[in-house]
Amino acid sequence: MTRKPVHFYQVGSFAVGNRLLDDENRTVQSNPNRTNSIDSGHRACQGCGEVLGARYALDAAMRASNGQLVAVNATGCLEVFSTPYPETSWRIAWLHSLFGNAPAVATGVAAAMRVKGKSEVRVVAQAGDGGTVDIGFGCLSGMFERNDDVLFICYDNQGYMNTGVQRSAATPPAARTATTVTAGPEPGNVFGQGKDLPRIAMAHDIPYVATATVADLHDLEQKVERAMEIHGARYLHVLVPCPLGWGSASDETIHIARLAKETGLFPVFEAEHGKVTGVSPIRRRTPVEEYLKLQRRYAHLFGPTPRPDIVARLQEIADENIARYGLVTNDTEDSVSTEVTA
Amino acid sequence: MLRQIEGSRAVAETVALCRPEVVCAYPISPQTHIIEAVGAMVKEGLLSPCEFINVESEFAAMSVSIGASAAGARTYTATASQGLLFMIEAVYNAAGLGLPIVMTLANRAIGAPINIWNDHSDAMAVRDSGWIQLFAETNQEAADLHVQAFRLAEELSVPVMVCMDGFILTHAVEGVDILEQSVVDGFLPPYEPRQVLDPKDPVSIGAMVGPEAFEEVRYLAHLRQMDALARIPGIAKAFEEVTGRASGGLLRSYRTEDADTIVVALGSVLGTIKDAVDIRREAGERVGVVGITSFRPFPAEAVREALSKASRIIVIEKAFSIGFGGVLATDVALVVQGADAKVFSVVAGLGGRAITRRSLEDLLAQSARGDLKSLTFLDLDRAAVDRELTRMANTRRSGPSAENLLRDLGSDHGASKVKS
Repeated sequence: MTRKPVHFYQVGSFAVGNRLLDDENRTVQSNPNRTNSIDSGHRACQGCGEVLGARYALDAAMRASNGQLVAVNATGCLEVFSTPYPETSWRIAWLHSLFGNAPAVATGVAAAMRVKGKSEVRVVAQAGDGGTVDIGFGCLSGMFERNDDVLFICYDNQGYMNTGVQRSAATPPAARTATTVTAGPEPGNVFGQGKDLPRIAMAHDIPYVATATVADLHDLEQKVERAMEIHGARYLHVLVPCPLGWGSASDETIHIARLAKETGLFPVFEAEHGKVTGVSPIRRRTPVEEYLKLQRRYAHLFGPTPRPDIVARLQEIADENIARYGLVTNDTEDSVSTEVTA
Repeated sequence: MLRQIEGSRAVAETVALCRPEVVCAYPISPQTHIIEAVGAMVKEGLLSPCEFINVESEFAAMSVSIGASAAGARTYTATASQGLLFMIEAVYNAAGLGLPIVMTLANRAIGAPINIWNDHSDAMAVRDSGWIQLFAETNQEAADLHVQAFRLAEELSVPVMVCMDGFILTHAVEGVDILEQSVVDGFLPPYEPRQVLDPKDPVSIGAMVGPEAFEEVRYLAHLRQMDALARIPGIAKAFEEVTGRASGGLLRSYRTEDADTIVVALGSVLGTIKDAVDIRREAGERVGVVGITSFRPFPAEAVREALSKASRIIVIEKAFSIGFGGVLATDVALVVQGADAKVFSVVAGLGGRAITRRSLEDLLAQSARGDLKSLTFLDLDRAAVDRELTRMANTRRSGPSAENLLRDLGSDHGASKVKS
């Protein structure tokens, strides 16, 4: 029988355990007096990255706003698993209208708060990648362009998971979905398509754009807090692995999210007014295979007819990201393996 | 104060008197003059506190309105035609959530073929959305209905659409009495929401509802509309008491006391119909008119009562359900069933075609002779249609019908038609 060794710090993550930090640098989540923006009892899948990301993001936003928060939600997994009538997991003021209009609804809430003299009330809008990059894109771009006082958080699981895993414009190349099956010369999703929404957001010159993953929740919290210090349109794009849609083990969610960052496939950075102001460097550069092999949506690349050519093209994308954002530097890259686990 | 004023301006100034807190709109003809005027008043600081938000689409306009209303602000928007269809998902959503948004619909045809002129296809397309739909006969009534609409919407927590004929009303300059601020303030109390996004008392609005409760939620929406049916006459009466003016209500009858033929219609065409009726009265015919102000909720009892003595009911409407016939006519036929009356459906004025008094006189004469068919398309150029049918029969690739008809009208056939 194999057993996983117990670790007292996050092996391989380079993250320092929360208990080693002084109080004010500890996570919001570690505080027993924090809010429970999303209460337990919801119906998210085991290992759901989205609910993890949403919980950390919203509790951080609640702390940053002294509890004066309204959340607007697009249709999608997060809305469905949190509110089957008459149960609700939301312990904050929460509004769901439609799939494609969360940014505009949030604009309306923010406007109402201003005319009502409640400028202390802050507004967060949240959606999955479909509600952000596809059906909600028009409203999102409008909200950005007007610089409305809304923090928009995209929980990106790279597809329409709620409806049964179909392709979105955030689905990466080669990934299998129900509408990009593994047939033909380019099995899975095709190359050369899709939207890079953080860069599109930056092109709107909004005051703050950041990306994060659920592998570094402390970083996610800090970015939410930074975003809440700013008024105007802000965008936070959080990579949230989906065990169901990605075909990954439910206990691998955080590991996979970390590999997305460490391979360079998902660059983690911050930008203000259209300019990158900081990146989370890759600590141990990892070939994309390590990330891909953990997910059945890429199984066709490693099956009886392996496709190293396609893996190489994905590696090129990672390498381009690394070059674009400067994710690897001599100072930061740790080439010495400190692997402890067997 | 009575002023010579454009209908859009009258509506804008009246909306301003209602002290909206968030106004959000996307421009579309023929609604533009309304939102331009409201926007200017907000920018000039005349409506403080009020936010005017320019958005990228009608879908966003209604979505912003949803957010603002759910956060407790008195919210107004306006649209027309394609704009209403582009926001239709949010239109249903606003009603489903029970948000008392008031919207002006500057009624306009729906394409294709694209057409900016007036008919009621847009309003009919959202008939079942859960919005209250009030139709204005005149610019005075269009202005007055907005004050009543805010009160009705907020009393019931139901959105209200004030329908006014595009161009015919929105762009017509005529005498309108604009109310005093004190009168509006006395009539319209501050908005006290039934549900509101408040961090101090957090609620979830817009939760998922399954089969176990969906029908009940929908039935409650129906009950609120039935409640509106009971309140609309009272609100109109209260309005009359403070303004001295009869505006709104469920419906209005004209010369129906002894009428055996009654024409039923919505909106501004009622004026022309009354003129035609007056002339036919002089010829000795017993004709009258019922104008319906509240289309949704549909005042079934009041309509039945108003039509109870008629043997011929002619429903003239600027929309129809393609493949069947009149929409309003269907409602009217249903409520008078069992009575000894025949209902005739007349489709007229589509895409801005003028409904002339002369055509209406001819229609009434036809009815008096007993020649009226159950479904009539008023002033239809059947010869032009037949020529297009011939082209289609002769050639597989006959091309786009709309363009063919326009070319046809520009030819000798069309020219002779115009001369006659």
